[in-house]
Amino acid sequence: MKANSKLTNSLKLVLGLAIMLLSLQSCNKKKEENKSGENATEKPAVKPISDLSIYNLPSKWTTQDNKNIEMVDLKGKVLVMVMIYTSCKSACPRLVADMRNIEAHLPENIKKNVKLVLVSIDPEVDTPTKLKAFSIENKMEGDQWLFLRSTEENTREFAAVLAVNYKKIAPMDFSHSNIISVFNAEGELSFQQEGIGVNSDETIKKITEEANKLN
Amino acid sequence: MLKRKIGLSILLLLLATSLWAQETKMVIIERGAFVPLYGAANKKPVEVQAFYLDVYPVTNAQYLAFLKKHPENIRSRMKGIFADKSYLSHWASDFNYGKGNLSIAPVTNVSWFAAKKYCECQGERLPTMDEWEYVAMADEKRIDARTKESFNKYIMSWYEKPNTYANPVGETFKNYWGVYDMHGLVWEWTGDFNSIFLSGESRKDKDTDKNLFCGSASINATDLMNYAAFMRYAFRGSLKASYTTKNLGFRCAKDK
Repeated sequence: MKANSKLTNSLKLVLGLAIMLLSLQSCNKKKEENKSGENATEKPAVKPISDLSIYNLPSKWTTQDNKNIEMVDLKGKVLVMVMIYTSCKSACPRLVADMRNIEAHLPENIKKNVKLVLVSIDPEVDTPTKLKAFSIENKMEGDQWLFLRSTEENTREFAAVLAVNYKKIAPMDFSHSNIISVFNAEGELSFQQEGIGVNSDETIKKITEEANKLN
Repeated sequence: MLKRKIGLSILLLLLATSLWAQETKMVIIERGAFVPLYGAANKKPVEVQAFYLDVYPVTNAQYLAFLKKHPENIRSRMKGIFADKSYLSHWASDFNYGKGNLSIAPVTNVSWFAAKKYCECQGERLPTMDEWEYVAMADEKRIDARTKESFNKYIMSWYEKPNTYANPVGETFKNYWGVYDMHGLVWEWTGDFNSIFLSGESRKDKDTDKNLFCGSASINATDLMNYAAFMRYAFRGSLKASYTTKNLGFRCAKDK
């Protein structure tokens, strides 16, 4: 009898251990999922995130002002996004010029509804300080400009969503797709402009259209 | 008494860990260097650090077990941004891979996001393209069999065979590392599949593209090897992260 209770006790112990181990096994994504669920209950008035929204991505980012944000914090704005790296010498300066050109051609009355976001594909080198310096150098200092960096893994995942391909070919040198993406206020992809120095009329039209809905 | 208790605990723990180990059977891949067809600057060898790789691609049964633990990934609940409409479309229902599919056949019709999440939930990750190619160049005896004609012929003949995705895992050859099915069963996702350029959109890569396409025109042993690899790189280059297709599965890796 006594031996029996000892046995059950040790079984309990092992079971407890096993449960502990099992709970440790649950993946990090799940936790993040729960978190977004909590957010939803906090603000019941907010529409649920649509299936095709980038706001389903739970990744955390740091801005040029060293502020930590989640992508979903940008919900409600029209986003114009591009992936670059600041030490880039060839394509990015022209991509950045394209972004500036797009911004310059937006009607004044919708500008408040638009964020222009530059995401670094070289988080190792592109520290917030570096991003800040880059924004000053390129005269992209207004509130409408946002520079983001995250972990290498989040960056790879975000690129996958944008259908942006990139590869490190040497320290501080990358090959990457030249794509400017427009997302509506819900975070759904509504337009992509491919190539550098291309005509941005379509892109500007689409941004205006989406941003007008918010006025 | 105490001794017995400890002994029992250890025994049960061992049993539990061996069960887990069985779920994700991995082998060590020792570090090395190789020149991949694509992605090496100036044809310099790429270093691959030692890592662990699944012996087999992830199966229907394993994927089902994952879905039961993480039901947010079932077919009817999968978000469009993470997988297209054909996600697990060959399964009978959300929690049933159906009579037409073997439990030990590789799971296919899974997106990159789904594959990535599966591996993350095992505390693992998808292998990188370089890691995958490094392991895939081994035949039964050699780490690098890429110049062996029969090896290339084997790979090429698979590319022509239809519906191998329905076969059980582990029926192709066991390679030097103890890994099965790198060729002959399904194509596999890699973590950085989206680091390939075939459209020439990045000017820097245009030369590499030209090399790729020119390589496929001639037919000696090296070119045959390049052609086989080219097929894989071209396939990866055509993928988007939410794509799913019936001959594309995955396996997981882990840092050493």
